[in-house]
Amino acid sequence: MTNHIYPKFGYLRSKEQADGVVKRHPIVVIGAGPIGLTAALDFAARGQPVVVLDDNDTVSIGSRAVCYAKRPLEIWDRLDCASPMVDRGVSWKVGKVFFHDQLSYQFDLLPESDHQWPAMINLQQYHLEEILVAKCRANPLIDLRWKHRLISLKQPADHATLAVETPDGIFTMEAEWVIACDGANSDTRKMVGAEFTGQFFQDRFLIADVAMKADFPTERWFWFDPPFHPGQSVLLHRQADNIWRIDFQLGWEADPDAERQPERVIPRIRAMLGEDAQFSLEWVSIYQFACRRIDNFRQGRVLFAGDAAHQVSPFGARGANTGVQDIDNLAWKLAMVLRGEAPEALLDSYHEERAYAADDNILNSTRATDFITPKTKVSRYFRDAVLELAQHHGFARPLVNSGRLSVPTPYATSALNTPDEDFAIGEMRPGTNAADAPISVAGKPSWFLHCLGDGFTVVTFGKATDKTGIAIGPLAAKIIRVGRDIEDPSGLLAARYGASPGTTYLFRPDQYVAARWSGFDETKIIEAMLRATGQDSARHPAGQKELAA
Amino acid sequence: MMLNLAPNIADPDDFYAELVNSQRNLDEEQALRMNARLILLLANHIGDRTVLTEAIARARAAG
Ligand SMILES: Cc1cc2nc3c(=O)[nH]c(=O)nc-3n(C[C@H](O)[C@H](O)[C@H](O)COP(=O)(O)OP(=O)(O)OC[C@H]3O[C@@H](n4cnc5c(N)ncnc54)[C@H](O)[C@@H]3O)c2cc1C
Repeated sequence: MTNHIYPKFGYLRSKEQADGVVKRHPIVVIGAGPIGLTAALDFAARGQPVVVLDDNDTVSIGSRAVCYAKRPLEIWDRLDCASPMVDRGVSWKVGKVFFHDQLSYQFDLLPESDHQWPAMINLQQYHLEEILVAKCRANPLIDLRWKHRLISLKQPADHATLAVETPDGIFTMEAEWVIACDGANSDTRKMVGAEFTGQFFQDRFLIADVAMKADFPTERWFWFDPPFHPGQSVLLHRQADNIWRIDFQLGWEADPDAERQPERVIPRIRAMLGEDAQFSLEWVSIYQFACRRIDNFRQGRVLFAGDAAHQVSPFGARGANTGVQDIDNLAWKLAMVLRGEAPEALLDSYHEERAYAADDNILNSTRATDFITPKTKVSRYFRDAVLELAQHHGFARPLVNSGRLSVPTPYATSALNTPDEDFAIGEMRPGTNAADAPISVAGKPSWFLHCLGDGFTVVTFGKATDKTGIAIGPLAAKIIRVGRDIEDPSGLLAARYGASPGTTYLFRPDQYVAARWSGFDETKIIEAMLRATGQDSARHPAGQKELAA
Repeated sequence: MMLNLAPNIADPDDFYAELVNSQRNLDEEQALRMNARLILLLANHIGDRTVLTEAIARARAAG
């Protein structure tokens, strides 16, 4: 059916398999989906060599992820791949929800201007993965190994032992750390015996990718009970290359084998687009959705990320989007542990923060799915009542839930945060990902997020210090002074950070706020850095020595 | 704010009759659908989340 030509990356026998020697690698990633590939790029960006194993030798086949949100684009920009994604994809920010044939609710994901990246782009998952693979291949620290299937994993005291199957047979590798990105059916998860529990929804969806020239605007359109598909919902998205994604809700009774046949699919699309519509089918699948999560993201030396750690229904586009943020959270922590700059306990905060985010995503995705597929007759009456009332009354519109689109979950309760002490201006609380803003550097326009992300960064407004860096033992942060190192000509940076002279923020390497103060105080900054790296400053020997000096 | 459980409707018999009469010619499904709309309208008017939570809990316990 498809016209897309999927690349074949080709199998290569590794030297270690050919030589029959067991090699120990610092980091082995299982799975080269969007999350495993992002992991490889982030570890490499933080100076760590990484081996990636994938049981296949191509990209994601068929209809999977479409929408990528602003935060993952910011992360991919840190890894130097966001521009080709945005160029290849289509950007959008407006969503419309229709009931019957009338507009009932509309949202704008980024009503504010002056951000580098769009609220959302749509791009076929296979295009996205091709961009990531090309970046990985160009990076000498990344060793991508196709047709390498993990078949067993054991964890002796200080490493993991992996049995890997290739076209040349089975060989053994060792890893100090394993990053399991092998998807919702993760073999690795079964190998470590972790629980993966949650909820399956009693409904089926026909997901069709359709090639056509159409004049729908580049917006997300969602219908409840439209005349062309009575009693069910429909979702329409534009993708790259004049490919459109159409999701038809079918109900639990639908026969998946019959429904995927073109003679059943084509009339459904015709009913939607009109008798004369010119289109061809690219891909058709039938899905049942689930929301589940692993009990602990860290299982000894194995760290789970992406769908291997959590699965969500796609209403809200929270799958890959949140998986990329798992990696953003993990990569700097593991790199610091490997360099001996932070204790291994820092890795437990990976579970703490990302399980918290996964629960938030699951909550949002479950609520949307329950709205789209009411579980009982009476809950359907409530759902329909919301839709009916929303046509006439503003109050009901925010209750309409066709999916709340992916936004980052602030780590509000994280032990790595230093709580606000003396001021609480604005929304940039500890545990929040940094807001971007236009700035200028040496007279040239740039973006604030480009200043953050290599390591810890202190940003201070005003003239409180002449230093350019701060260090404690192996921990270091660069200091950026607004007015010296960067300029804020529009004032938007100060506005978004509620800043006045003296305001000082400490950002983590993943661009999250670790702490903020109304003045610049080195002792407090050092305490906050220790805390953000999982170290108790009171008991930290280096901390005591330096602080006493 | 707390859920007001003291009498608060000026003309109780008249209100009750109005409520029941409003559904007189509806079948059960239509009445349930109307109830759903009515609950949403009233809930929005109240707005206060603690009051709504208390009302939901009380209604559920009585059943
Ligand atoms: C219909 C649909 C629509 C979606 N829409 C969106 C969306 O709009 N936005 C969004 O963010 N997300 C969306 N998602 C979710 C998104 O597709 C997933 O979250 C994403 O693919 C997860 O990436 P991953 O790398 O964790 O896993 P996967 O993409 O599943 O990759 C896992 C990789 O591991 C490999 N592997 C498996 N087992 C082994 C093994 N034993 N050894 C070696 N390799 C192995 C596999 O070959 C595969 O390459 C959608 C999903 C569906 C089904």
